[in-house]
Amino acid sequence: MSTNTILPTGLDKLAEIWVYLAATPLFGLTLTLVAYVTADAVYQRSNKFPLANPVLISVVLIVTVLSASGTSYQTYFQGAQFVHFLLGTATVALAVPLARLWNELASRALPLLTAMLVGATASVLVALGVAKLLAAPPTMMASLLPKSVTAPIAMGIAEQIGGSPTLAAVFAISTGIFGALIATPLLNALGIRDWSQRGFAVGVAAHGIGTARAYSVHPRAGAYASLGMGLHALLGAVLLPWVARWLL
Amino acid sequence: MIKGLAVLMVFQSLGELASRLLHGAMPGPVLGLILLLAFLVANKNISSSVATAADGLLAHLSIFFIPAAVGVMLYASALAETGAAWVLAILLSTVAAITTTALALRALCKPSDPPTDGHEPK
Repeated sequence: MSTNTILPTGLDKLAEIWVYLAATPLFGLTLTLVAYVTADAVYQRSNKFPLANPVLISVVLIVTVLSASGTSYQTYFQGAQFVHFLLGTATVALAVPLARLWNELASRALPLLTAMLVGATASVLVALGVAKLLAAPPTMMASLLPKSVTAPIAMGIAEQIGGSPTLAAVFAISTGIFGALIATPLLNALGIRDWSQRGFAVGVAAHGIGTARAYSVHPRAGAYASLGMGLHALLGAVLLPWVARWLL
Repeated sequence: MIKGLAVLMVFQSLGELASRLLHGAMPGPVLGLILLLAFLVANKNISSSVATAADGLLAHLSIFFIPAAVGVMLYASALAETGAAWVLAILLSTVAAITTTALALRALCKPSDPPTDGHEPK
């Protein structure tokens, strides 16, 4: 930094410490944890107001810090990868609430499966219909098709059907955040009060981030959301490449 | 807690192994979920250590999406200038998916919440 010469010695040292910290995994990891703790405090204090979504607030805080400090995503991810890694472990952990409700879920298997297929079909048809009306290019259409499926599966499907995995990840995560924001007011407007119906709908439409919202609201909503997400992931991986051949 | 975490990671590893065997058709964590669910249902018992670790992770499920979401948002803000097609497609199709799933499930089966659970939905 050429400005070092005109800075007082204290600030000079601070800049050195910053450069050092920004180059270690500690920075990305600490930033992620502090942003989440702040965002979660806002979320809890707002009585879990949907727009105060902790993922959204954290992302805004982190993107602000990264762009203000000129830190690249690669540098940030050196630390954030430890949090990212645990997403896999947390996904496996979703088996526990599902096992607790197993008898109830098994007795309702057919209605749940049917509702999931109805929602998944609506998601694909509306997404492709709107995109087609607005003359979206074919790569974008193929990347939009799996957007209600959890991101890693959406990326795989998009690649298989001529879309872009990166675009698919952007669309899937945007869908998750929007679904988590809109679910509560939308379900209230529809007069849906049962936690199983509310949670399941959010899980099918907005996968993991929607499920996180459902969990924070009620354990039954969370368990049903993870089931919706899981069923959509399994059937989406099998059926969507085949659906794409008909619709694209 | 650590014992429970070890069990979860064993199943995560088994899931990764199964994913390799399926040539990556399904991500490892999703297969790990299925394997753990099968194990817990067959066992008819959830050990307290596994329950503690799982509930601990799931209480803060949101945090695990943050690193990927930061990457996506850096990319999405550049992409937003390319047109409204994908933004509108996502907004409308998400509303459609939540609406149709919830209405279909309500039409197909009765509400299931325990009668004591008088709540104000969020």
